[in-house]
Amino acid sequence: MTHTKIIKIYLYTRFERFWHWLQAIMILFLLITGFEIHGTYTLLGYKTAVFTHNFVGLSWLVLFAFFVFWVFTTGEWRQYIPTTKKLFDVIIYYSFGIFQGKPHPVEKTPGAKHNPLQRLTYLALSALLLPVQMLTGILYYTWNTWNTWSGMGIPLAPVAMIHTFVAFMLLSFLLVHVYMTTTGHSLFSHIAGMITGWEEIYETTPIQEWELPEKRRV
Amino acid sequence: MTKIQTAQKSITAGLIKFLCSLIIIVLMLVPQTIKASSNTEETIDAPGRTLARQAVKREKRWITTDHSKHEALKKDFMSGDEITEACLSCHSEASTQFHKTIHWTWLASGEPQTDSEKTDSEKKDKTDRNYGKAGYSVNNFCISANNMQDKACLKCHTGWNGKTGKVNCLKCHGSEQFNYTEAFTDIKAFAEESKDDPSVLEIMKEIQGEVKAAVEKITLPQRDNCGQCHFKGGGGDGVKHGDLDTSLMKPNKRLDVHMGIDGKNFTCTRCHTTTNHNIAGRIYTNPAVESSKSLLEDDLAPKITCVSCHSETPHKTASKMNDHTDRVACQSCHIPDFARVNPTKMSWNWSKAGDLKDGKPYDIIGDLGKETYKSIKGEMTWEKNVKPVYFWSNGTQTSTTAVDIIDPSTVVKVSQPVGSVNDRDSRIYPFKLHKGKQPYDKVNKTLLTPLLSGPKGYWTTFNWDESLTIGSEMLGLPFSGEFDFVESTYVFPITHMVAPKDMALNCTECHTRETGRLESLAEFYMPGRDRFKLIDSLGWLVVLGSLAGVSLHGLGRFFTRNGKK
Repeated sequence: MTHTKIIKIYLYTRFERFWHWLQAIMILFLLITGFEIHGTYTLLGYKTAVFTHNFVGLSWLVLFAFFVFWVFTTGEWRQYIPTTKKLFDVIIYYSFGIFQGKPHPVEKTPGAKHNPLQRLTYLALSALLLPVQMLTGILYYTWNTWNTWSGMGIPLAPVAMIHTFVAFMLLSFLLVHVYMTTTGHSLFSHIAGMITGWEEIYETTPIQEWELPEKRRV
Repeated sequence: MTKIQTAQKSITAGLIKFLCSLIIIVLMLVPQTIKASSNTEETIDAPGRTLARQAVKREKRWITTDHSKHEALKKDFMSGDEITEACLSCHSEASTQFHKTIHWTWLASGEPQTDSEKTDSEKKDKTDRNYGKAGYSVNNFCISANNMQDKACLKCHTGWNGKTGKVNCLKCHGSEQFNYTEAFTDIKAFAEESKDDPSVLEIMKEIQGEVKAAVEKITLPQRDNCGQCHFKGGGGDGVKHGDLDTSLMKPNKRLDVHMGIDGKNFTCTRCHTTTNHNIAGRIYTNPAVESSKSLLEDDLAPKITCVSCHSETPHKTASKMNDHTDRVACQSCHIPDFARVNPTKMSWNWSKAGDLKDGKPYDIIGDLGKETYKSIKGEMTWEKNVKPVYFWSNGTQTSTTAVDIIDPSTVVKVSQPVGSVNDRDSRIYPFKLHKGKQPYDKVNKTLLTPLLSGPKGYWTTFNWDESLTIGSEMLGLPFSGEFDFVESTYVFPITHMVAPKDMALNCTECHTRETGRLESLAEFYMPGRDRFKLIDSLGWLVVLGSLAGVSLHGLGRFFTRNGKK
């Protein structure tokens, strides 16, 4: 295995990388300002934290709209279809195999850049956590307006509660996500891949039939 | 060309693009951040300021008459009533109008102040209670005016002799603070006693000349007129309100951004607008206005509220502060503290009154140059730069009058704001909370109304039994003869001494974990102050768990060297 030649394939397109990193910065910034607004610490000053949190939050909506457009028009959404096949292999690899120098059970290929565990995680992130966070964010931001308008007297508390909870989940994701980037062929190879678009894989890795979307299957 | 070379080229190009994007993003965010954090370099005014500037833009009010040229005023007056007759010879309806206002009646229930939507029973309730200084209203300062029979209180009534004489127009319209009572007492004495003595007559003429000179100086009500009573309510400068004292005679902008003589220089009546001598403002249970409207919505609305001129969304368009205005009164942030120049009285313990030194009453002067003890009044405390307390308020207040039953085991709320978080018309308002300890009837369970001034008053006799008996009789109320002192509170809405915008409260005065100004208003979720302990604990557990997990995993990889030999 150690003799297998490492080659680079172009895995992440320009927009994908732009979206990924911009979103990364935004999430980081929103976490930092968000926890200040939550009262966890003082950093930028409350007024600045609130203003910038709202500004970046609203900007993120625009970016996310572009992401949704991109993921559907390019067919990339197929990369997020969940599967349980080899899921446990991947879990076992990260739990044990990685310490024993065993190969990753599912290598990246242009047709399937996410392993089954990633598929599940990113689907949960893009389809659940982020939309919930955006929705509660909008409700939080416009609470006075819609609450006055609807006249129902819905308290801010549940909105704030969900928004805070998801923020914790996103922070947790961020920590694990950043750590996982170090598990590539070298410590920074995954990060380099997301910056340049070129990801290192073993030359011999064949794309598995099950990994392909139905249309592309031979 | 090999694949590796292509890849390297792409890496360089990709890196450059990535860095460029980063720089662009950061540059995009920077100006917004700076804009949000700097207050001093703002060049564009907030919409609320622009609107207010336009609302008060008109030129100074002009006057078409010179009272010093009026024949009616060029006579030798023998009494105050004669002056009023002279006024009424032209302003024929003034007295009739004025007799209906609370400045004359001292009763809040006589005339409805606004066209309210209140039910008849609510109106009747107010009438029955007979609110007002001339009614059953009490406070925890000098307690009661004893049906207008406590003469010391009448100094501030707008008549020449209580409600039995004519209206004293000069109280509000005379620009010279002239002691007419003393002058007319002298004139009367001279006239009666020594009619034939030419030297006495000359002195009399001289005094009448002084009266005439003062009478000619007619004005629209100025701060000095309103302030003589409203700055000194409760028997001295700044005793009652805390946001109204003699420092507002000539304030600078820092003390009052509207009245500052170095700024807009508003008189009281600039906001307290008047219809038929009825002056806009809060009166006991009646709010200043039924609903806040801007002049854009109703150009004839009274200018008594902030919204009138500043609109409901006075801050800059993108500002989150505009989202506060539906639940937080402007005053709450824009009056950081009150009594910023002169001290105000914060507590008054009547139970300590009556201590004498060698049989004589005495005073003790405290740090702020104010009495902390007076034999005639008891123990009191004064404070400067006082942080308000905050309550939900719909603009009205309930009060405990001399006929209401109290619970002496509790602190009696002599006046209390009405409102709650669930009432959409309520907003968070700042208040001065004055603590008192005042006499009550142990049998009837009512607050008592001692007579204070005059030969039979407590200030002369130091006899509670007698002054309480007489005081109650004056109001026609029973007194069992058994009394004690009960703790009480009285609230004043804080609405004057609006500070310039740079002195407005920072977010963290309220949006902070524990020691915020709104700590006691707990019925709603406020970002920065509130959190769900369970969510926070669970959240941090997950985050720290993740951190611990990846750390252990990383260490595992380090020590096993990823399983490589």
